Amino acid sequence: MKKQHPTYTSTTNACKLCKPLGACLAFKGIEGTVPYLHGSQGCATYMRRYIISHYNEPVDIASSSLSEKHAVYGGGPNLKMGLTNVTEKYQPDMIGIATTCLTETIGDDVGMYLDEYQRECGKANNLPGFVNVSTPSYSGTHMEGFHGAIHQVISQRSKGGTATSTVNLLPGFVSSADYRLLHEIMGDFGLDCTMLPDLSATMDGPVRDTYEKIAAGGTPLAAITTMGQACATLEFGRTLRDIHSGGHYLQETFGVSLHRLGLPIGVEETDKFFQQLQTLSGRDIPAKYQAQRGRLIDAYIDGHKYVFGKKAIVYGEEDLVVGMCALLAEIGVFPVLCASGATSGKLADAIAAVTADILPRQPIIHEGMDFFEISELSRSLAPDLLVGHSKGYPLARKLDIPLVRVGFPIHDRVGGQRILHLGYSGAQHLFDTITNALVEKKQADSEVGYAYM
Amino acid sequence: METVALHDREDQIHITGETPLKIACNKESLAGAVSQRACVFCGSRVVLYPIADALHLVHGPIGCAVYTWDIRGALSSGPELHRLSFSTDLQEMDVIFGGEKKLQAALTELIDRHAPKAAFVYSTCIVGIIGDDLEAVCRHVEEAKGIPVIPVKSEGFKGNKRAGYKAACDAMARLIGTGNTNGISRFSLNILGDFNLAGEIWMIRDYYESMGVEVVANITGDGRVDDICRAHGAALNVVQCSGSTMLLADMMEEQYGIPSLRVSYFGIEDMSEALYDIARFFQQRYPEDSEADAIMERTRALVQKEVRTLVPQLEKYRRDLAGKKAAIYVGGSFKAFSLVKAFRLVDMQVVLVGSQTGTEEDYQELEAITDPGTVIVDDSNPLELTSFLKEKGVDVFVGGVKERPIAYKLGIGFCDHNHERKEALAGFEGMLNFAREVHSSVMSPVWRFVPRKDSNLKEEAV
Repeated sequence: MKKQHPTYTSTTNACKLCKPLGACLAFKGIEGTVPYLHGSQGCATYMRRYIISHYNEPVDIASSSLSEKHAVYGGGPNLKMGLTNVTEKYQPDMIGIATTCLTETIGDDVGMYLDEYQRECGKANNLPGFVNVSTPSYSGTHMEGFHGAIHQVISQRSKGGTATSTVNLLPGFVSSADYRLLHEIMGDFGLDCTMLPDLSATMDGPVRDTYEKIAAGGTPLAAITTMGQACATLEFGRTLRDIHSGGHYLQETFGVSLHRLGLPIGVEETDKFFQQLQTLSGRDIPAKYQAQRGRLIDAYIDGHKYVFGKKAIVYGEEDLVVGMCALLAEIGVFPVLCASGATSGKLADAIAAVTADILPRQPIIHEGMDFFEISELSRSLAPDLLVGHSKGYPLARKLDIPLVRVGFPIHDRVGGQRILHLGYSGAQHLFDTITNALVEKKQADSEVGYAYM
Repeated sequence: METVALHDREDQIHITGETPLKIACNKESLAGAVSQRACVFCGSRVVLYPIADALHLVHGPIGCAVYTWDIRGALSSGPELHRLSFSTDLQEMDVIFGGEKKLQAALTELIDRHAPKAAFVYSTCIVGIIGDDLEAVCRHVEEAKGIPVIPVKSEGFKGNKRAGYKAACDAMARLIGTGNTNGISRFSLNILGDFNLAGEIWMIRDYYESMGVEVVANITGDGRVDDICRAHGAALNVVQCSGSTMLLADMMEEQYGIPSLRVSYFGIEDMSEALYDIARFFQQRYPEDSEADAIMERTRALVQKEVRTLVPQLEKYRRDLAGKKAAIYVGGSFKAFSLVKAFRLVDMQVVLVGSQTGTEEDYQELEAITDPGTVIVDDSNPLELTSFLKEKGVDVFVGGVKERPIAYKLGIGFCDHNHERKEALAGFEGMLNFAREVHSSVMSPVWRFVPRKDSNLKEEAV
């Protein structure tokens, strides 16, 4: 069921972020890499603040700090000076350069500037590697920026050669806890894996005695170079388009077979992931995960009556919305509205693909939506809970219903980077959180106030 | 230890007492230096933000609007239009063909929907490049809708945050002088540069009202368009956070002959001094006027009462905090002066102080009020700050959200003194909250586990 979405010209409380932010996040998950924005100073500072508020980790993003005269005469000289300064102070292995709406519009050719810069510096100079990605903020969302950066890292750095037994894993943008879990799972299947990016340590690191200029961890650059030799690529994202897909590039260029799956959220989507790993590794699913799956289904049964028939509004990044719908549907919660600020054109089909065999009817699904529109629609839908990031809190408060926090940004709670979404253990965490949110709401609203369920 | 500053930044760092002060400041940020500064748009947006019954429409791609959505803890006692994030969300086609039509449609739609008292339209980087005529669109909508519709010339690349303050002041100046000033007391003032974070301006207003002084407009905190329109009827402008609104006060002095006083509401000393300065101003303005003397009397009584309540309560924090070391890195240097004094009040030593946008005079004053050896920095960055924090053995760092992880990652305490905070730190009560905030970080037992305190870990590291 797809209704005509209200068409307003203005945007109020957007349900998306801008492209360069996504590129910076992707670069933060690569070993020894400093993200760099070719634009005016404000972009870097705003995005740092926004990302820091979620992770509570230092986020150094360099900037060309362009001023008016650079906007007129071109930002090349400042880009080069900035790269020299970052190299001097951070000694990075790589600088990941993303453009902004300013430099895209004045027509700066970053690729050309980088060639010039490397020529000018000469071979003797120990320069870091460079990767550049075009991220004009006037099209797409932070997710196109994220995937675009991954795509460019792969296309600019990876090489072919003798095939290895390594598996490439491109999970997209998930939490630090999720990246950690994926490492563990790949290891338990005995698979040698290159996961790109990897924000498990870089954005959730320990307290230090000395400030690390660049946080340890991230996908090793050497591993990125050999991604073209891998035996297969696993890529998460049912709404991902080929032009933004690193997996697609590796398949087309080096013939690395691509297996695209949804984010493994909930039992069914995780089963598909594990089946794939079984095939790739030739091993049985390790007992540990069979036990996790068993406990999860036992928990589903223990809690099913508290959640059945409840109505949820799910919003945020498209692939996360799809994954959350898969989980909600299989526990008996009805997604009534699924919304994203993004516009892949694939959201409705992707949600149908993971829910059609369970849900009696499809939810209302809207791309390109903001919170004003979500709020307007929510009135007639009488939802029982919201599922998404912190920016839905004002709506949850207005509707007086619980918000189950998933994704990015989590600005009003600690531990956003440690929310586990993926795998059986992630589903366990989400199921407990959703069930308890609904139970707590009922308990708080009750005049009796029982201390048992 | 390796040099922490880039060569081109060495003249933006000074050590109190070492050489005569000559600090370079008010410069463009150095490319690649990871400045903690924002942009022109940010400067405008944060100053105008608390005008709660105006529509604030960001004309540009989505980022600029979404990163400033509900960003300030500026409270309103009534309408809360300022807490919504409005954008024209410019798309590629708008960039190619121009965004004026979309802007006009969006403005009209939002004014019809929310019936605001005025609208501010913020220009962003891209609008400056594609050359949309904001003035023309605003004029057109103003005529059609009958409310002031004001363009804010805040293209991000046209300077730093200070340029944004100026654009905001220019925008407010267009409202001032358009309202009716009948019935305003001779003993009246406007509050500029307090943003009503956590309700601070309500405390300050209470002080003024109990002194017998009328507040005409709290321009930048819990602000209202109608009040701003009649702000030129006040006898005095009281300016805090001088970086952001001193320009507006200067404009009002030139145009309407309203004098201004620079004050700070942080710490007992500066808060008391602010109230006395205002009382003294009215005594000088209206000599032989018994009401002016009565204001001074009431001010004395108020300060005495507040100080008498506060000092004993501070004592318990002072006992724990005495001798601890503090570092300060804030947006405007005026706040830094007060913080240096506030720390002294609880016997803490400031070893590092800096700001994003200080002027040479500001740094001279900082040098004068800090102890020898104190590091003074302009427009600093994470690498410099962390190196000084560690070298100086700092116990608590005062800054904003971007500085917080820098402190925490090194296992150092932190106090948020920026515009997102939810604790009232201004006024007499604010000093107590400030001490409590600092105390709750410095005295936490968690630091015993961090590498710099944990001898087991240190040995392992060696």
